[in-house]
Amino acid sequence: MSSASDPGIVIIGAGEAGTRAALTLRERHYTGSVTLIGAETHLPYERPPLSKAAQTALDHPSPALIGGADRLADLGITYRTGVMVTGIDRAAQTVSVQDGLSLPYAQLLLATGAKPRTLALPGATADNVLYLRTFVDALALRNRLAHGIRLVVIGGGFIGLEVAASALERGCAVTVVEMAPRILGRAVPAEIAARVAAHHRAAGITIIEGIGLTAIAARPQGSTVVLADGTVLEADAIIAGIGAIPETALAEAAGLTIENGIRVDGRLATDDPAIFAAGDCCSFPHPVFGGRRLRLEAWRNAQDQGRHAAGSMLGDRAAFATVPWFWSDQHGDTLQIAGLPDEGDQTVTRDLGGMPFLFHLKGGRLVGASAFGPIGKVAKDIRLAEMLIDAKCHPDPAALADPAVKLKALLPTRATAA
Amino acid sequence: MAQWINACGADDIDEEDVIRFDHAGQSFAVYRLEDDTFCATGGFCTHENVHLADGLVMGRIIECPKHNGRFDIPTGKAKGAPACIDLKTFPVKIEDGRVFIDLG
Ligand SMILES: Cc1cc2nc3c(=O)[nH]c(=O)nc-3n(C[C@H](O)[C@H](O)[C@H](O)COP(=O)(O)OP(=O)(O)OC[C@H]3O[C@@H](n4cnc5c(N)ncnc54)[C@H](O)[C@@H]3O)c2cc1C
Ligand code: FES
Repeated sequence: MSSASDPGIVIIGAGEAGTRAALTLRERHYTGSVTLIGAETHLPYERPPLSKAAQTALDHPSPALIGGADRLADLGITYRTGVMVTGIDRAAQTVSVQDGLSLPYAQLLLATGAKPRTLALPGATADNVLYLRTFVDALALRNRLAHGIRLVVIGGGFIGLEVAASALERGCAVTVVEMAPRILGRAVPAEIAARVAAHHRAAGITIIEGIGLTAIAARPQGSTVVLADGTVLEADAIIAGIGAIPETALAEAAGLTIENGIRVDGRLATDDPAIFAAGDCCSFPHPVFGGRRLRLEAWRNAQDQGRHAAGSMLGDRAAFATVPWFWSDQHGDTLQIAGLPDEGDQTVTRDLGGMPFLFHLKGGRLVGASAFGPIGKVAKDIRLAEMLIDAKCHPDPAALADPAVKLKALLPTRATAA
Repeated sequence: MAQWINACGADDIDEEDVIRFDHAGQSFAVYRLEDDTFCATGGFCTHENVHLADGLVMGRIIECPKHNGRFDIPTGKAKGAPACIDLKTFPVKIEDGRVFIDLG
């Protein structure tokens, strides 16, 4: 499809954002060449199952593919798998890859994602200290989760807690150690975090909050984990889920601005108008939240930004304005968050039969919603809250608090139509 | 051959909403659209195994509660990532205020 005069579009990183961008270019009838380059050796796959079904499935798991080989080939997307991009020459508009080749681009998308933060402790390099980002990591973890082993999870974030739940299901004895005063950090309201913690404890997981780690000592069999208060935990395996670092090395070496990830504008363009970035690797200004610069590590954001960056490369001028949405599965229940709860200055609770559904308002405007419980009680209203946030609504707090008021009725178009 | 099954009362479903109906080991999602037409599709999202009756109906679209995959209700066509496999659809008729689904 490409002509010699048009070097086309090159996408670095075949994860959620990069792959969605490639698919979108074809959905939008772009006829130039599209080259998708990924360091991993699999076809593009979804990461969320890695901490969930890939750990608990009875059968040996295979990656959940975003696009199969046939689909990519049919669409004329050149997929280079297991290939690392090693440099970008902005003046020449080429990228160099590890096999020595140099590829020209007219436009370039950086969709390099993030990598796990690693423990900087002596003893943390033992081979039973694991991280989880890739399918290969997921298999390594899965192979360790034998019935009855003792697993220590360092970090009470989403991934750590999902692994804890999965490991419990596999029959492991699980302890989660969180250095901060509570699990799940600032992005999740304290009330929701407390419910998640209670749920895990009731299921049989030990959660230690507010105590850091001082040492990990490798033993002939397993490791010993020492906490700041002197507690000693014996572990057959350790998994650290202590956050992710945006993968910015290429962008940095190419002289692009880094600001908590690769800095992009509303269209997801970097300082170089021929280079865009999307997904976990970038920070962008969000117009729904007064231009607040965000970097999200969320699956739908990566997907939506991949799509948006594709549009920008085709000439769209619009700013990315999708309201953040996130989910996490914990022991069969779901945690869902729309918007940014931490923007709020007021919380309104709707009591759904003992399950709190929280609305977060700022100066009366809805800026976030969060809930943890059965999917049937959570999902629909979170989705409607997302639309209310997007419409910059100032809903009546009394209506939000009243379970009898349907959120659909509060949507602006509907409210005026009714 | 048509095999009409009495699924529910028409009034059991709110306007622009969906309910779950199980029959003989199969599960369905039964919809009532804004214009008062009724539709039926397979109950589970084609992405992962989640029931669509917990999802949101907006116009002709059902959105999966788990990852917001979207389907066109009358045709079952997958309309939005991550859903890429269509839903099965079933003929529906209303008689005496009851919703019947043809499993034939
Ligand atoms: C275990 C796990 C569970 C998750 N669960 C959820 C969840 O429940 N809900 C949710 O909303 N989000 C979840 N996420 C987050 C979600 O998966 C990410 O936000 C999403 O994958 C980000 O997509 P991305 O394309 O930006 O980056 P990635 O998916 O990380 O893709 C980046 C790709 O770029 C490649 N790459 C990097 N540098 C180079 C280079 N120089 N050359 C070639 N290739 C390169 C990497 O190898 C990688 O394959 C989870 C993540 C993990 C790890
Ligand atoms: S389970 Fe329906 S979109 Fe994923």
